[in-house]
Amino acid sequence: MTGQPSTTLAPKASRATRRGRPELYTDYRADQAIWNTPAKRFWTAALVLVGLYLPFTLSRDLTGLLTLVFIYAIGGIGLNLVTGYAGQVSLGHAFFLGLGAYTAAFLGGEPSGTVRGLELDLLIWLPMAGIVPAFVGLLVAPLAARVRGLYLAILTLGLVFMGEHLFKEARTFTGGPGVGRAPAEPVVFGYNLYARQTILGVELPRESVFYLFCFALMIGMAILARNLARSRWGRAFAAVRDRDIAAEVMGVPLLRTKTLAFVLSSFFAGIAGALLSVVIGRITPENWNLLLSIDFLAVILIGGIATISGSLIGAAFVVLLPRGVEWASGYVPFIGGAGGSGFISVFQLQGILFGALIVLFIVVEPRGLFGMWLRIRNYWKAWPFSY
Amino acid sequence: MVHVRPLSDTLTGTSVDLPAGQPIIEVTDLELRFGGTRAIDGVGFAVAQRELFAIIGPNGAGKTSIFNCISGVYRPQAGSIRFLGEELIGQRPDLTADRGVSRMFQNIELFDNLTVLDNLMLGRHQHLHYGPVAGMLYRGKAQRAELANRRIVEDLIDFLGIEKFRKFPVGMLPYGVKKRVELGRALAMEPKLLLLDEPVAGMNVEETEDMARFILDIRSELDLAMIMVEHDMGLVMDLADRVMVLDFGRRISLGSPEHVQRDPEVIRAYLGEGDSGPSLEEQAADAEALAATEEVTP
Repeated sequence: MTGQPSTTLAPKASRATRRGRPELYTDYRADQAIWNTPAKRFWTAALVLVGLYLPFTLSRDLTGLLTLVFIYAIGGIGLNLVTGYAGQVSLGHAFFLGLGAYTAAFLGGEPSGTVRGLELDLLIWLPMAGIVPAFVGLLVAPLAARVRGLYLAILTLGLVFMGEHLFKEARTFTGGPGVGRAPAEPVVFGYNLYARQTILGVELPRESVFYLFCFALMIGMAILARNLARSRWGRAFAAVRDRDIAAEVMGVPLLRTKTLAFVLSSFFAGIAGALLSVVIGRITPENWNLLLSIDFLAVILIGGIATISGSLIGAAFVVLLPRGVEWASGYVPFIGGAGGSGFISVFQLQGILFGALIVLFIVVEPRGLFGMWLRIRNYWKAWPFSY
Repeated sequence: MVHVRPLSDTLTGTSVDLPAGQPIIEVTDLELRFGGTRAIDGVGFAVAQRELFAIIGPNGAGKTSIFNCISGVYRPQAGSIRFLGEELIGQRPDLTADRGVSRMFQNIELFDNLTVLDNLMLGRHQHLHYGPVAGMLYRGKAQRAELANRRIVEDLIDFLGIEKFRKFPVGMLPYGVKKRVELGRALAMEPKLLLLDEPVAGMNVEETEDMARFILDIRSELDLAMIMVEHDMGLVMDLADRVMVLDFGRRISLGSPEHVQRDPEVIRAYLGEGDSGPSLEEQAADAEALAATEEVTP
């Protein structure tokens, strides 16, 4: 054989041959695809269709909540790149979210007597909300790449506190503690994405419009991250996570790989922060504290380390859990409302459940909800046999 | 329609044009100290292209330390390691790998959470030249590179006979298969020099024979040089062109397997001095005493 070897093994099999054999591949391209089985293609399409339909039927409140899920998913994917895939624990995620939010607010927000704003288009402030944190990530990465494990956690923890202080002091950008400022206006060519609009002849509330935007963005960024994960860089991340010395001997440059992980993670965090600020409405420096970092750690721990779909599941879980508890509390007698009657208040219960679930997942199913899904899937694949 | 290509077609980067007589790697007066301990003490050797060079010696003699110096994990205090005429000491491990040195580890150092396929593709890391943005888009150049390298990796999977484990996470595989995967990953790097650190350690006879067969196949199909550290003397004496013997960090013998086997220094290092330890008469007396006590106790 001469020249470029073929990556196709055989002509495409007929429909009848492929039926019931989802893993019959005749070329490497199909094998390496993201959606490499008919079932995955079907369910992804179905979920996307449902996702597109929801904002037309759900209440404004629930639509807003689901938008928050998508935003958390973007941030969670970012954290999963650095902590899940590359194995570099980061408690500093909230700092990068805040940085993205303030970059966006400065570039896209309205100026007032106390804070600056340039009122630029979303097409400028949204990419910049990713690029500025990514650049800061690039500056921090060489420091962070020198330490690992517990020391890295403390180092990134310092980042959150430094950031919070910075946000409090830079009053002309952030409005200062307790006061805050208005976020960026999501305006594309004069078309406001967070205002009542008419789409396909249906008049939609602002929550639904922004929902659709975040949904599309989340899908796009998830695909980018998933592609990266199956590329040489994703493998290098995993190699650095599993055995860094062996990775280096195999030709993976440690510093460059870790830096890339931090930069990408900060980019995703910045975008998520900018979108989050739009939903929050008025942002204060206190929004970007350690608790937010922990929220995102919970997203990836509960959803599943080193999986993109896991980040989405985890985001849904973390965002929807408090609402679910609130809803359930109406039916359980000893839980009191916000007033303080009853054995335990809803807010206490939310906090306790949240902590307990993180502990439970680490102990019982470290692969998170995604791991549970894999187990269920494998059980039914093998059913009725146990192996 | 599976095309089985000879390894030399798959891994074209393993041969190098060297002037006759120039070694592929030349180590001189290598010295490595940990505090007061001299792990390697003035060791020197040269390996020619296509040669299989074995390093043997008792535990702690410094064999693996030499590998760690070559691949850049340790930085020796003195001496030089010239690979294709260029100094390797002080070089970052990934750049050393990039130049054409690859390695199999003594204690398997595979990436347990990745599949066999991904582990082998990781060996191709330096041969895939696209950047992170191209990776995120996964189109055009990046995808073509992935597919072409997948083909190469599949050839290696064929060669090593691990087709059925292709999509398994490496952590789940049995020991013997892991060793094969590790050999595959080292080969995937298209090395000009392959370091084998105890390739058959802990293997049974059949697995050892398989590994020996792979090493022989690599020799016959590729131009690369190999340095092998191994305790299995049968394997070393059968396969190696030349053998170097280390003891306490010093080179005590170097030559053909036959020469090394007869070298009195080597025999002393492995079996000890003739007059140390109890003599035969003393041992016999001890054994009799032991037998006597055993008769008394019920």
